[in-house]
Amino acid sequence: MASIDVNGKSVEVDEEGYLVNLSEWTQDAAKILSAQDELELTDNHWEVINFLREYYDEYQIAPAVRVLTKAIGKKLGPEKGNSKYLYELFPYGPAKQACRFAGLPKPTGCV
Amino acid sequence: MAKTKFDTPEFRPYPTVPVLKPGVMKGNGPFVAKPDMQEALGFPGELIDDWHDVAIEKMGDLLKKYRSLRVFLDSCVKCGACTDKCHYMIGTNDPKNMPVARQDLLRQVYRRHFTLAGKLFPKLVGAKDLTKDVLDDWYNYFHQCSQCRRCSVFCPYGIDTAEISMAAREILDTVGLGQKYCNEIIPKIYKIGNNLGLPKPALANTLEGLEEDIKDETGLDIRMPLDVEGADILLITPSADFFAEPHIDGLIGYAKVFHQAGASWTLSSYASEAANFGMFIGSYENMRKVSQRIRKAAIDLKVKRIIFGECGHAWRVAYSFLNTLAGPFDFLDTRYPVPQHICEYTYDLIQKGVIKLDKSANDHRRLTFHDSCNVARGTRMGDKPGGQFDIPREVIKACCNYYYDMEPDTIKDQTYCCGGGGGLLTDDLIEIRVKGALPRMEALKQVVDDHGVTHMAAICAICKTQFAKVLPYYGFEMDTVISIHQLVGDAIVLTTEVKTPG
Repeated sequence: MASIDVNGKSVEVDEEGYLVNLSEWTQDAAKILSAQDELELTDNHWEVINFLREYYDEYQIAPAVRVLTKAIGKKLGPEKGNSKYLYELFPYGPAKQACRFAGLPKPTGCV
Repeated sequence: MAKTKFDTPEFRPYPTVPVLKPGVMKGNGPFVAKPDMQEALGFPGELIDDWHDVAIEKMGDLLKKYRSLRVFLDSCVKCGACTDKCHYMIGTNDPKNMPVARQDLLRQVYRRHFTLAGKLFPKLVGAKDLTKDVLDDWYNYFHQCSQCRRCSVFCPYGIDTAEISMAAREILDTVGLGQKYCNEIIPKIYKIGNNLGLPKPALANTLEGLEEDIKDETGLDIRMPLDVEGADILLITPSADFFAEPHIDGLIGYAKVFHQAGASWTLSSYASEAANFGMFIGSYENMRKVSQRIRKAAIDLKVKRIIFGECGHAWRVAYSFLNTLAGPFDFLDTRYPVPQHICEYTYDLIQKGVIKLDKSANDHRRLTFHDSCNVARGTRMGDKPGGQFDIPREVIKACCNYYYDMEPDTIKDQTYCCGGGGGLLTDDLIEIRVKGALPRMEALKQVVDDHGVTHMAAICAICKTQFAKVLPYYGFEMDTVISIHQLVGDAIVLTTEVKTPG
């Protein structure tokens, strides 16, 4: 099993780079995971990541893309509440890539 | 999620027989399922020590169980008609992606163990022992088949490579070598009710949010009911409709249609999934278990009708197998088809004038339609031959003024797979997905160039996700793909006073 090094602590990830234990997530882990995708996390990225984690805490699943865009539209302004903007932030897809940085499991199925 | 390290195929000036590149797609195949996923489905956790003997024994079982499998393995005459018909062959040039070569991976072992000539003179009849290399080839190349059955349309004997591919995957699962993508998903249905793992509170929250959105858009209280006992209609739709783009706009479209028809309908949190990946892995048992949930939900909610949302392989399972897997459905209202497709339902309402559509609402779009493989070649809609081709097109044409079909040899029964069907819709198979999309992308390019087509409608969750992902590789916008029921939802004339259903 692969792992990433977060401040000297080894954190296990699966073959697709998602954390195996959600409880091991830290902000530094998110930075390391995003660096693997050559992305630097801005405040707007963090808004998305934080929302994903809050939603997951309540519902044990990542939010639908529509739920996410609506929430981000409320926080960052209506011009940013669309999936095009989220794809600019997370080029591999807001559902999958943002979940990975947020330490959530990958959404599965026909998505 | 490493960056992709392959080239997107170039559009070909005209279709040619591909120059072969042997072994170019040889590899380790998709990620292998973890022991807990395997065991949840009743398979060994990892590759067992006596895999050889167990695989041969399993093949013998399947040959007894499915007469068709033996016929398919026996009857190929190597005529070559199928060789250039597979989208993965066209996109990769790997000769093992020729349907005949894919079948031969299984056929060579079949001949060695189950035919007299193969037992006595293996070399003369192309019979081979099942070595670890052959097993690895099975795992790799049977996960480069989307079970779309296009090749079988051209085979003079009607050999169905999909069935061979399903058998191969069933054997692989039986020896402990399962595919992560499919085998991670199926247990989620058993545990939570859908492929996504979307629990009831999250589903309820999502549906409430969508009701608010529709209210903002239309000013109307259009409901998305969940677990309503005594509703007339149970809607079974892919869970991607609750989660992904552009799927979710199709779900909104269904709700608007039900609303305008004055229908009493409900979703079920217990059977919140139309998809049935049991078919992809060739596991009758798992296919049956997933189907039984739909039956239970229909009984528990005391509905009269079952309607399926836009999901390709779900409609194949529903239309072709549901009655034997989970029937009889004699407790439903037999005046309606059991089950019914949402396109049949909407088409019927249009015919009866129960719903009115304002075509000009889609004037900013110029449409074409991608026939999903499982709908096109595994099912029917309505009561006339070819209804599965005509009804979706009629619904689209009722919603818009500009509709153009793609080339005749790329649609209807000759449709090309989107490239992500049959359990291949996973990031670890992105190379084969992109390459396999080539023929569809070429046909799309032509109607874009000739007719200014802006959108390609689809009625399958896999097709929608696959296209949203691969369209950009070919220079198109990801939102070129759209649900038929998004078009319906945008064109439908909503009134506060609803008509009584016809």
